[in-house]
Amino acid sequence: MVRRNRTVDRSVALFLLGAMLFLPPLLPVFNRPERIAGIPVLYLYIFAAWCLLIALAAVIARAIPHEEADSSAAAPPLATPAPPASDGDRNA
Amino acid sequence: MLSAPVVLIVSLLYLGLLFAIASYGDRRADAGRSIIATPYVYALSIAVYCTSWTFFGSVGRAVSSGVGFLPIYLGPTLTFVLGWIVVRKLIRICKANRITSIADFIASRYGKSVSLGMLVSVIAVVGILPYISLQLKAISTSFSILIAYPDIRMPAHSSGVAAWQATELYITLALAAFAILFGTRHIDASERHEGMVAAIAFESLVKLVAFLAVGLFVTFSVFNGFGDIFTRASSSEALSRLFTIDGVAGYTSWVTLTILSMAAIVVLPRQFQVLVIENVDKRHVQQAMWMLPLYLLLINIFVLPIALGGLLLFPDGKVDPDTFVLTIAMQQGAPVLALVAFIGGLSAATGMIIVETVALATMVSNDLVMPLLLRIGPRNLTERKDLTGLLIAIRRGTILLVLLLGYVYANTVGESYALVTIGLVSFVAALQFAPAILAGLYWKGATRVGALSALLGGFLIWIYTLLLPSFSRSGWIAASFAENGPWGLVLLKPYALLGLEGLDPISHATIWTMIINVGLLVGVSLFTLPSVIERGQAVRFVDVFKQAAGSGREWHGRAGVAELKALMARFLGEPRAEAALVRLEQEINGPIDRQGLANSATVSFVERQLAGAIGAASARIMMASVLREEMHDIDEVTRILDEASQLVLYSRRLEEKSRELEATSQELRGANEQLKELDKLKDDFMATVSHEIRTPLTSIRSFSEILRDNPDLGEQERQEFVTIIVQESERLSRLINDILDLAKMEAGTTEWQIAEHPLGPIVERAVAATSGLLTHRPDIEMSVDVSAALPPAMVDPDRLIQVVVNLVSNAVKFCDKAHGRVSIVARARDGWLEVDVSDNGVGISAEDIEKIFERFQQAGNTLTDKPQGTGLGLPISRQILQRFDGTLSVVSELGRGSTFTFRIPAVKASIAAHDREVGAVT
Amino acid sequence: MTDPALSPAKVLIVDDEPNILLSLQFLMKKAGYAVRTAKDGEEALAEIAREMPDIVLLDVMMPKLDGFSVCQRIKSDPALAGVRVVMLTARGRDVEREKGLSLGADDYITKPFSTKDAIDRVATLLARPVKPA
Repeated sequence: MVRRNRTVDRSVALFLLGAMLFLPPLLPVFNRPERIAGIPVLYLYIFAAWCLLIALAAVIARAIPHEEADSSAAAPPLATPAPPASDGDRNA
Repeated sequence: MLSAPVVLIVSLLYLGLLFAIASYGDRRADAGRSIIATPYVYALSIAVYCTSWTFFGSVGRAVSSGVGFLPIYLGPTLTFVLGWIVVRKLIRICKANRITSIADFIASRYGKSVSLGMLVSVIAVVGILPYISLQLKAISTSFSILIAYPDIRMPAHSSGVAAWQATELYITLALAAFAILFGTRHIDASERHEGMVAAIAFESLVKLVAFLAVGLFVTFSVFNGFGDIFTRASSSEALSRLFTIDGVAGYTSWVTLTILSMAAIVVLPRQFQVLVIENVDKRHVQQAMWMLPLYLLLINIFVLPIALGGLLLFPDGKVDPDTFVLTIAMQQGAPVLALVAFIGGLSAATGMIIVETVALATMVSNDLVMPLLLRIGPRNLTERKDLTGLLIAIRRGTILLVLLLGYVYANTVGESYALVTIGLVSFVAALQFAPAILAGLYWKGATRVGALSALLGGFLIWIYTLLLPSFSRSGWIAASFAENGPWGLVLLKPYALLGLEGLDPISHATIWTMIINVGLLVGVSLFTLPSVIERGQAVRFVDVFKQAAGSGREWHGRAGVAELKALMARFLGEPRAEAALVRLEQEINGPIDRQGLANSATVSFVERQLAGAIGAASARIMMASVLREEMHDIDEVTRILDEASQLVLYSRRLEEKSRELEATSQELRGANEQLKELDKLKDDFMATVSHEIRTPLTSIRSFSEILRDNPDLGEQERQEFVTIIVQESERLSRLINDILDLAKMEAGTTEWQIAEHPLGPIVERAVAATSGLLTHRPDIEMSVDVSAALPPAMVDPDRLIQVVVNLVSNAVKFCDKAHGRVSIVARARDGWLEVDVSDNGVGISAEDIEKIFERFQQAGNTLTDKPQGTGLGLPISRQILQRFDGTLSVVSELGRGSTFTFRIPAVKASIAAHDREVGAVT
Repeated sequence: MTDPALSPAKVLIVDDEPNILLSLQFLMKKAGYAVRTAKDGEEALAEIAREMPDIVLLDVMMPKLDGFSVCQRIKSDPALAGVRVVMLTARGRDVEREKGLSLGADDYITKPFSTKDAIDRVATLLARPVKPA
């Protein structure tokens, strides 16, 4: 679970990074008419940032420990605790 | 070459292929070998997010707002980077609670509220309708453009053309049939559709490939790569404007669209369906966190190039930018590519329609129609065991109805909007679910009333700011409504509510609905109390991982059956532990090797048995100790210990309570025993009284009859018999007097003559009265020692004399037969008058000592003087002394005689006098 | 009625009340029986052991050994099969009567009794063969 918490933390950090990259106030920095190799800076920037985000997400997803994934996989039906055995009634 | 029949046949073949994939998926699922159990299929199925709206509309939007189309895909990317945590929780909750739709989820979370489920269903249907009509419009438009090849001819904006409407209607009906075949094939109305998911994933692949094909064609075949397109476009000022975000309004729109789409990727009914309901393995969510963003990136790379290319190729503006994906290929003389683009668009539209209508149909049937039917429908409905047929019929009807309504919308309202705007109207409607869902997942304080008012408020604002203006545009209501506000009230202008100006309608509506929605959810929740069931559901949902971890985890450690049995025996006892194992053997239909290793079924069985006895948390700890499984996770251990200590506390309280109860019932039993004892005593008393009275009566009657029947008796005999009759008569009178005396004292009706009397003279009188007792026993030595300075006391003199006479007559009766000695000593001590009456008789055994004060109880053999005693002397004496606040006690030793002592408190004033006297003496 | 002159029937009277003892003694002697008395249960058993009576008039409430116990001893001893038992009680309760009869008592007289009735009952019992155990 320690490792999973790291995964969660990494995801949060990545989310914050993404929000920073994709939203103002960082975004306007690249909102300019110049072009690099004919391609507008903003267009280039967004897709580059997007690629970065996807790559990092893939790294995080790969790092998720296998057994942890196991334990949260397809929720087993909640074990219904056996009702107090009928013997108990007889004792009562 | 692209005649209508050709396009139709290709379309039908494509749909047939989809159907084949779906049936194959279903068959494999039935066989237990799912083809969708991979994260790739899962991620592709989520890409149903990209509809024909993406396929055709993104380009359209790019033409009007440049990079402004991107937030719709950046939002989901952000959601997936973080949102897998939320989605994972949603999945766990939905699986655990068997939730079938977003309406079901919200209704279930807020106390299984029927009204909430209905409201969500209605919002979903009304809100998604424009979105569905958009797909219909996209298919029919692209179809009619394609079959005009090689001409490029926009379909006339001609609602009046009957042929055109007919085509669209056929398409609608065909899609309805297709969706029904896909989504409601199962007779068992199962909520999961593996075949459908497989087909949707395939469609996502097709639309991606088709779009990339068009994009590559435009970028690298028509033009010379990205640089070329952008460079050419930059020469036009109108086009280079599209490279950047346009001022504050542009950023506002950017941010709101990002947030809007972040929510939409989860809360749109079809997204919820594929993301949560159709999920087969939660690990897939984590892989989808990068796969879906990658898909979105790929499908968007060429949007701007295609848009710019279209604008460069069709500079006259006669070609609708929404059709560029199709028309560029047509213009370039690439019919196959155009057909591929058409199929891509078709797959995007059909994918959305199938999943969306299935999701809506599930929702409408489960949360809208069935609750209504069960409430107001025919009475026999609730008694029908099998409702699946009805359910399927409702779902099929819903699919058909939704599509037909979409068709109507497309032909009336839809004409006036670009594709992208219609889609966003639906996004805002779906966004209304987000606060209730998020609060439902993380805030236990969110209440049903809060959620209800939030959804209702948000939905009404949505209607006012987006739906009504769209009606206004299409002429259903006066155009002035959108322009100037209702009745010319500027503050109520639907696009600038309360003067919020300068925003595009979508951002405006997003902001207002969220203010109202979130405000109501939080505000109302804070001021309403959740019901018990709401509270229970809140905990089940918010703490879903905590609960499940406690009971749903598999054990990995190993233990022998014998060890587990010993563990059970510790808590259940040996016989029940053995009985439990026998029960398990019956369940699994086979013997369990008592010496072998326990399998997982046995382990979880034992855990359940233990949980039944000591609670789930404690059972886990016990199992862990036996299984020697290390608990790495300190959190879990802490939590279990926490729970366990709470349980221990609780059970301690219970124990305490049950002890109290036991004590109380013990007391009750005691009281009952006492009552029974008293009742028995009363019976015994009555029997004894009867006996005591009958005995002298018997003698009296017998001798009277003897005297009557034997007139020839001698004088001496006659005299003797008469004396007996007299004696027994006296005994009878005494007895009756005593009984009445005692009864009166006990009932408190005795008349007492209590006054302050000097005790000396009274004791003297009493001693004198006893002298008569000695007439039968002149041999008895009697000594009297009465102190001269006896204090006065509050007494009834006659009664006090009665006590002394009783005690002395007892002493006389029981003193030594040969050398009887009785002594009377009266003295003052510590403010009390003390009188001892002693005899030198056999004494009273310890067990008899208390008995002698009871009525008709006499110690030892009392034969000798039977006519004298009534057995009531001591009880009467005790009663009398109690009345004087005095006591009567006895000290006795077997064989040495007994001493009866009574004490009466002296009157206070004279205590002092007496003390002075004593002081003077010493 | 057995002719007392030929072989006077032996009657044992047991009661802790001397006056009742005296009156019964007078009545039985008058009826021609050979009469002995005892003041309590133990004494009664001793008398029975000394010489077997034909009939015992037995008071219930006595010190040392009560009438029920004495009756039980008599009825459970096969050697004493010929002894008839009449219980005398001053506790006029049906349960007592039931108990006495269940213990094998042959008759039951409630105090105070009519002297004539008492004599008649004794005579009737003596005339009747002993109830089989």
